[in-house]
Amino acid sequence: MSLLSFERKYRVRGGTLVGGDLFDFWVGPFYVGFFGVSTAFFALLGTALILVGASMGDTWNVWRINIAPPDLSYGLGVAPFAEGGAWQLITICAIGAFVSWILRQVEIARKLGMGLHIPFAFSYAVLAYVTLVVIRPMLLGAWGHGFPYGILSHLDWVSNVGYQFLHFHYNPAHMIAITFFFTTAMALSMHGSLILMATDPRDGEKVKTGEHENTFFRDDIGYSIGALGIHRLGLFVALGAAFWSAVCIVISGPFWTRGWPEWWNWWLELPIWN
Amino acid sequence: MKLPQFIRATVVVIAGSLLLAGCEMPPPETVQLGNRGLGQELVVNPKTLAATVAANQVPTPQPAVPSVGPKAGDIYQNVQVLGDLSVGEFTRLMAAMTEWISPEEGCNYCHVAEGFQYDTKYTKRVARVMTAMTQQANVEWGAHVGGAGVTCYTCHRGKNIPEYVWATDPGQPHAAGVMTAGQNIASVTAAYSSLPNDPLTPYLEGDEEEAATLPWRVAGQTALPNGNRSSVKQTEYIYSLMMHFSDSLGVNCTHCHNTRAFYDWEQSSPARVRAWHGIRMVREMNTKYVNQTTDWLPDHRKGPMGDPLKVNCATCHQGAYKPMLGANMVKDYPNLARTTLLEPKEETAPAAEVEAAAEEMAEEMPAQANAGSNDQGMTAGS
Repeated sequence: MSLLSFERKYRVRGGTLVGGDLFDFWVGPFYVGFFGVSTAFFALLGTALILVGASMGDTWNVWRINIAPPDLSYGLGVAPFAEGGAWQLITICAIGAFVSWILRQVEIARKLGMGLHIPFAFSYAVLAYVTLVVIRPMLLGAWGHGFPYGILSHLDWVSNVGYQFLHFHYNPAHMIAITFFFTTAMALSMHGSLILMATDPRDGEKVKTGEHENTFFRDDIGYSIGALGIHRLGLFVALGAAFWSAVCIVISGPFWTRGWPEWWNWWLELPIWN
Repeated sequence: MKLPQFIRATVVVIAGSLLLAGCEMPPPETVQLGNRGLGQELVVNPKTLAATVAANQVPTPQPAVPSVGPKAGDIYQNVQVLGDLSVGEFTRLMAAMTEWISPEEGCNYCHVAEGFQYDTKYTKRVARVMTAMTQQANVEWGAHVGGAGVTCYTCHRGKNIPEYVWATDPGQPHAAGVMTAGQNIASVTAAYSSLPNDPLTPYLEGDEEEAATLPWRVAGQTALPNGNRSSVKQTEYIYSLMMHFSDSLGVNCTHCHNTRAFYDWEQSSPARVRAWHGIRMVREMNTKYVNQTTDWLPDHRKGPMGDPLKVNCATCHQGAYKPMLGANMVKDYPNLARTTLLEPKEETAPAAEVEAAAEEMAEEMPAQANAGSNDQGMTAGS
């Protein structure tokens, strides 16, 4: 039986932020809304611009296609299309598409009378991107500080920007972000395995309940955070990862210009032992 | 979820970090070093930049004098390195060296009242070695110092001892059983990282044979480490040396390297070629020049391990990407850019006389100083 045959009853009218009933419809399984239209507009335009930008480069090797931001000499001004202007337009389209997607999630949540946890969470990922290509470049005074659009080229940028501060592992916010990323992976893997061990028993065994799950972790580590709590914890550590990633790059340059190891001299200079 | 409390805690942590670290405020100065979007950039605080500019002003040159007339080596006694200068030029250079190195002590920092010719003070003998070293840098190492050259002032800046010198670092005292392995402490040399704390002793001194045995090229040149036997320790030693380079010049790794391929000369900036020559120049300076003072230098001019205070990148650069920000001082002192040796003359100062002068030395003079002999002074070609 097709899932869609009974899905119609969940299709609730209203809850839109913009456009009233005009865009309040579905295409196949997908809710559209005003922000669905704007997402599609920006995504298609941005993709077309990427293709145009790639066509101006010297390769169609998908790994090596590179659409770079303008030279620093353009500052916060507009660059010619072939000299970073394409990057600027693609950036506008990307932000347009990402923000539209957040607001589309808001509309769906409102429609269903749910909390805004998902758009809230997704906005952290968008915040990290905007930090890289808008906030930090503006603080540094040139769009050229944004990262280039290309699979390998953006990795080269990451490497060089890290080495601009001699040893990026000494960046305190980078340390926190990495810790959050690893913790996210650990929490998700422990949660996923716990759910499977309870709900996917061997043949002939019965599905276990939340009491089994709680008991396992109480036996294992003396405490079970609980069925709701693990999702709060997961949200917290995942958002922490994205948030501190954004912090670690926005402080590199705008708020600290020297090697990151040197930042820790405040510790050496504490009056306790200095 | 106690969100307000979480936010408050976050704000406290961030504000606390800012206060503790005295974070800088935007916008910094930035310089693009590579293709757009590559991230090869210099990022520098305008205040640091202003301080660097202020610290690298060239002192007014001494009034020029004609190079004609009798040679200093023929007129004065015991002139070993600068003999080929006219008497006027020689006197001018002495006045400049006093201004550059011992503006407070004056001539007596090196010379004794009994006569300018006596090598009683070790400082005079050091000056001789350093003068020859400076000339060697300008004559033979144009690949590194070309365009600006070096003078005594490049390093000394009005101080007896240049502000940035080094000696073999024995590390910090630590509890028995703690394996520091020459690292794991905040090292000024390694730009305050915990990388190996003395990369200078292996890499910035020693002859060419020793240099050939060192692990300079640790980076693999393939995506996977096919056959690269470099260890983490070796890699960290060269990383530490590179940290010293960066910190000394006030630049970062991307000044020379495109970090996607550290090894690749094709992707590196021309500055890396200068640095390549610089490593060899500094090794020669320390090995051939500075280290010949080891036997007679007083202990208070040596490091904790008994080796003399030596040259590294910071000695000249002092935080500037080019020493004196590229100002050419040598053009006013062309005699520092040529070899000015005359044939060594017979010892003219009777040993007993010099011995007597040594006893009247100021307290500056340590008791064990080897007075009177200039046998170990510079000789041609060394």
